[in-house]
Amino acid sequence: MGLKTLTYIVVGLSFALYIGIAFWSKARTTGDFYVAGKHVHPVANGMATAADWMSAASFISMAGLIAFLGYDSSVYLMGWTGGYVLLALLLAPYLRRFGKFTVPDFIGERYYSDAARVVAVICLIVISFTYVAGQMRGVGIVFSRFLSVDISVGLAVGMGVVFLYAVLGGMKGITYTQVAQYCVLIFAYTVPAAFISLQVTGIALPQAAFGSEVLDGGGRLLETLDRIVTDLGFTAFTSGSKSTADIFFITLALMIGTAGLPHVLVRFFTVPRVRDARASAGYALLFIAILYTTAPAVGALARLNLTTTIQTGPVFEETANLRYEDRPGWFRTWEETGLLRFQDLNGDGRIQYYNDANPEFAARAEAEGWRGNELTVDRDIIVLANPEIAQLPNWVIALVAAGGIAAALSTAAGLLLVISAAVSHDLIKSVLARNISERAELRAGRISAAVAVLLAGYLGFNPPGFVAEVVALAFGLAAASLFPAILLGILSLRVNKQGAIAGMLSGLVFTMGYIVYFKGLFVAPFAANVPGNWLFGISPEGIGALGAGLNLAVTLAVSALTPAPPAPVRELVRRIRVPSGSGN
Amino acid sequence: MRKLSYWGENLRLALILLAAWFAISFGCGVLLADFLNQFTLGGFKLGFWFAQQGSLYGFLALIFVYVALMNRIDRKHGVRED
Repeated sequence: MGLKTLTYIVVGLSFALYIGIAFWSKARTTGDFYVAGKHVHPVANGMATAADWMSAASFISMAGLIAFLGYDSSVYLMGWTGGYVLLALLLAPYLRRFGKFTVPDFIGERYYSDAARVVAVICLIVISFTYVAGQMRGVGIVFSRFLSVDISVGLAVGMGVVFLYAVLGGMKGITYTQVAQYCVLIFAYTVPAAFISLQVTGIALPQAAFGSEVLDGGGRLLETLDRIVTDLGFTAFTSGSKSTADIFFITLALMIGTAGLPHVLVRFFTVPRVRDARASAGYALLFIAILYTTAPAVGALARLNLTTTIQTGPVFEETANLRYEDRPGWFRTWEETGLLRFQDLNGDGRIQYYNDANPEFAARAEAEGWRGNELTVDRDIIVLANPEIAQLPNWVIALVAAGGIAAALSTAAGLLLVISAAVSHDLIKSVLARNISERAELRAGRISAAVAVLLAGYLGFNPPGFVAEVVALAFGLAAASLFPAILLGILSLRVNKQGAIAGMLSGLVFTMGYIVYFKGLFVAPFAANVPGNWLFGISPEGIGALGAGLNLAVTLAVSALTPAPPAPVRELVRRIRVPSGSGN
Repeated sequence: MRKLSYWGENLRLALILLAAWFAISFGCGVLLADFLNQFTLGGFKLGFWFAQQGSLYGFLALIFVYVALMNRIDRKHGVRED
């Protein structure tokens, strides 16, 4: 059976499974629609959270980022997992005890203010749409490469599937679909990783394999890799080129941002009890860590495979560079997508792949007749091309396609649901039309989910050019606006609505301003995005951490100068701190 | 020492675990990474290992320790849900 037929079958089966689950778990009440009736088992919720959290970026892009950034990529590995510690210890149990449906619900009630609720809704919508645009690009890449269909056809199919289970099943539908999607994506990620680890090192466990010796007697994998890439003028894999301050702040911003992302926070509203919310954060991280600890091994192995395929022997030995006409099959297929490009700058018919941005090495290469780096590799192909590079059987490749789609769809569905809940519950039910019936609210929820799906589909067809820039914005805003407001709302009895609103707005404006200043967004950047211009050496990716600090400081200062919150609010805070009873 | 309330015990535990969270990731994985890289563990430079593997295992351990100890504190103060 051909690869394409096999891929159609595997992807088709996975879609049938998701739609089947959607019909089985149709939402009947607003409670089902927003928080799955609060009946989700903590282990199931952990899996759903993991699928919700691990997006196309985690599945498709992260190993590629690691492959090319080496140690610097640790910001993503630590940043996108460390936030779960903050969630488990500081937010999740209390939000579950609070017991309503959405994050703006909490902000609105804790700060006894519709204005605060609306600010939270705006942050939530900006964060979530930014994210959805990225997911749609991932769906497009997978469809166009593996099923050779037009990106728009692939997108339409993907949107159709999400539409069915998000609009019909609401949170209940997406939770159980996400459990299935987690199983598909983790299987699709770890199986090729284990095969490749086994091929290169003789050890099937990727987490151990990438520290061990390579089979062909070249020594430790990481030492070999460091040597090979530095010989070509690149930075060693195990050391980085970012400053320590920048690594520190980006990691912190991603951690705080993770803990402030609405589609992750809302998952902790779905479990039955407070202690389940704590455990569920642990299970979520466990399921995430299975992929996240595998990714560095995949990245290192892929970098090694790719580099040694091109540079087959000692650097500057003429025959050591792969002849273009001898390039392997996977090289040809990826050239067709434009994600892998070769340009024979010195006309010798061989591929020179090296770091021509390193002046010292580029000068030596120039003297040897190299005229610049000839190979451009899009980092997104690393995970998708890996099984082909390692010559794994076709069913593994088909599985990776299904896994990539599962990762993108599960995250898209989670995001679309928080957007629709924010509109139907926080804007319509809580602010605009307080006395609509539950049936009407459920219908409003379904309609806003449908509109959100269409809007996300539009963003997929016409991806805004600034997608890559605004990912920093999503995390920065989550860190600088929502996280501090929720945290202080639990830890302090004294913070009030004036403080929270001033804090959220200053965090928001500062973070957004800093990112726009260096990266531009609808306007040209105001200054070059280089370390010399940055505040305290912090890049726009890391500025959310400082924004969060500013938000905390402003909230505390303004609260201290304005009246304490009313007694029922202080009572609410005392109540949510204790799992049951009236508190002590 | 004054007997701590439920909330007090909860906060104390969270603060201790957050100190460990900081030490594992920002300490070993970032600030001390260069220093730790002179040691190796299973073929990894130690600082690099903390940043790409160890901190993740540490985070997991911290959450499950918190879950277990909070269940105990819940019972001790009689606030465990049924």
